[in-house]
Amino acid sequence: MWRILKQIVKNGVRTEPAPESNDDWRVAQAEPERIRAELLAILGRALTIRLVDAGSCNGCELELNALTNPYYNIEGLGIKFVASPRHADMLMVTGPVSRNMVVALQRTWQAMPAPKLVVAVGDCGCSGGLFGESYASCGKVANVIPVDVAIPGCPPPPLDLLRGILTAIRSRK
Amino acid sequence: MPLAALDCRFETLPGPLPMQRATVTRQQWRAAPAAVAAVGGRLVSLWGSDRRGLDGGFAVSAAYALGEGLVWLSLPIAVVAQPSYPDIARTFPAAGRMQRACRDLLGLVAEDAVDQRPWLRHGAWPEDYFPLRREHGGLESFAAAPESYPFVRVEGDGVHEIAVGPVHAGIIEPGHFRFSVVGERVLRLEQHLGYTHKGIEKLFERTAPLEGHYLAGRVSGDTTVAYAWAYCMALESLAGVEISWRARWLRALLLERERVANHLGDLGALGNDAALGFGLAQFSRLKEDWLRLNRELFGHRFLMDRVVPGGVATDLDVTSGERMRRQCDEIEVEVRTLKDIYEEHGGLQDRFLTTGRVSPKLAAQLGLCGMAGRASAQASDLRMDFAWEPYAALQATMASHRNGDVAARVTVRIEEIFESLRLIREIVARLPKGKPLSTPGALPANGIGAGWVEGWRGDVLVTLELEAGGIRRCHCHDPSWQNWPLLEHAVMDNIVPDFPLINKSFNLSYSGQDL
Ligand code: SF4
Repeated sequence: MWRILKQIVKNGVRTEPAPESNDDWRVAQAEPERIRAELLAILGRALTIRLVDAGSCNGCELELNALTNPYYNIEGLGIKFVASPRHADMLMVTGPVSRNMVVALQRTWQAMPAPKLVVAVGDCGCSGGLFGESYASCGKVANVIPVDVAIPGCPPPPLDLLRGILTAIRSRK
Repeated sequence: MPLAALDCRFETLPGPLPMQRATVTRQQWRAAPAAVAAVGGRLVSLWGSDRRGLDGGFAVSAAYALGEGLVWLSLPIAVVAQPSYPDIARTFPAAGRMQRACRDLLGLVAEDAVDQRPWLRHGAWPEDYFPLRREHGGLESFAAAPESYPFVRVEGDGVHEIAVGPVHAGIIEPGHFRFSVVGERVLRLEQHLGYTHKGIEKLFERTAPLEGHYLAGRVSGDTTVAYAWAYCMALESLAGVEISWRARWLRALLLERERVANHLGDLGALGNDAALGFGLAQFSRLKEDWLRLNRELFGHRFLMDRVVPGGVATDLDVTSGERMRRQCDEIEVEVRTLKDIYEEHGGLQDRFLTTGRVSPKLAAQLGLCGMAGRASAQASDLRMDFAWEPYAALQATMASHRNGDVAARVTVRIEEIFESLRLIREIVARLPKGKPLSTPGALPANGIGAGWVEGWRGDVLVTLELEAGGIRRCHCHDPSWQNWPLLEHAVMDNIVPDFPLINKSFNLSYSGQDL
């Protein structure tokens, strides 16, 4: 036990400051601008996110997982990934939507309570990426469910994911 | 060579590893599995292709790994109403799902195969549409008619089913798991995968050969270096291009960095799944440090698109090499500390030891490969199996274990981290001079090549065929094909709550096998 404590003390707190949001990535019709304080006020309460990999290469998942490491410490910001869509304020979707995942994605979205914030993650989620549309792929997430914010990148680094999450919160009341 | 008795005409495929290819008759195809198994060889991959217009009808290919290298056998199949070929899953059970996928994609049927259920086709396209056939462009779209999958049912007193997925509880890829349990004990697990099938192999046909590494590098994001390298190796093999020594060493450097990143991430997650959140915090911190240096020195956290045809799209100067060496030293000290903590932690060891065991015998029978195979005494690792540069010059050594449980997979991963850190330092210290990239000149319009690379999970294979300057067929094989069925065995008789732990100790790819 003492070794664990020693290791913890030695490494201290590694969490870094959170980034700003980025309005360029907003997809949905812009609502009245919220001031930053309001944004933080919203974030001051908990935000719960359900992730659905709708056909990604797993690269975007690596970066979403990185958000939970001590540097980004997403839980410290009051943001939590949850297991049930019924507990989720926000849906993050990675990948081009494979045709085999359409039903699962739609059902997850339907099961969410309002406001059903949706963030498409990565070049694939934004546009279909390299995979595009085909017999097996529906392309971008917005082809299947309504999207509020789309975060570019292949994969988007953790700070961009955080910016995207903040942007989505700002885009709604 | 053991296949000499088959009397086929082998053609050598140029490349850093020994690879040969032969067109075989039905009789030779049928005799091959037993001949391979008799000398301890294993099946690497099975796939189909449409060769109409090239040299006849369809073809099914099997790649076997033997002591002498990779042997790729291709069996021509006549164009008839129901094209078929002899089943090889009776000797190599791992072929079962690959044969089912081959039917879904090309309509080629394995004769008398025990399991004829669809695998990748879930009803999103019709039963008589075979995407990899020439007459289809791959851009067709159909009204989905989702089909329910006929799972095998376990009957008995007190047996009930737990259905999980395709959407899982965490940040993880989609797939369906059907558990049959009595109380907490798992009697049977059946997987249903294919959810992330996005038509990658068809898309290759619309991709320029010199751009295929981008797509190969996105077959499985956590294995992007291994896939990009395998693709480039296949292209260079086909074109007879030799890359510089510096490029070879730099590719190995990137591959080892990818291995360390994945092992660090999984070791943390394994601690977390056994209720030691401390492990996740510590290992994920190390992984983040590792990825940040990747970003700084190579421009991408996961090293996507750094391995390119003709070499690598990056280089390493002395100062950067020095930073990398220092980071390896630091990470090694940290991992040693964490290793001791894991080993001394009674609660953790209680969860790791004997959990999710795959015996060496079962591993050999079913073809468990890669890192998980090495944890079950299957001593195979392409880096050491053959004498090739730079691994021979670096005297790379293989990690292995006999117990085949979660603890063994943890041990192998830790040992592989230490060995990769050593390899990285050696590479940095002894990096040959030269250009990291020499853009290949004109590619031959037609040709066949293969690339075979030991990714962090196991061996990745890419086979490539060009026709008239374009990609005629590119097949990508992930070691997860072999290892997913073993996971079904590994959880039998374990308790349901240990499933996440067992699953994570393998951490198999969905996208890599769904394609
Ligand atoms: S955006 Fe890039 S990393 Fe993300 S799923 Fe697509 S290919 Fe993979």
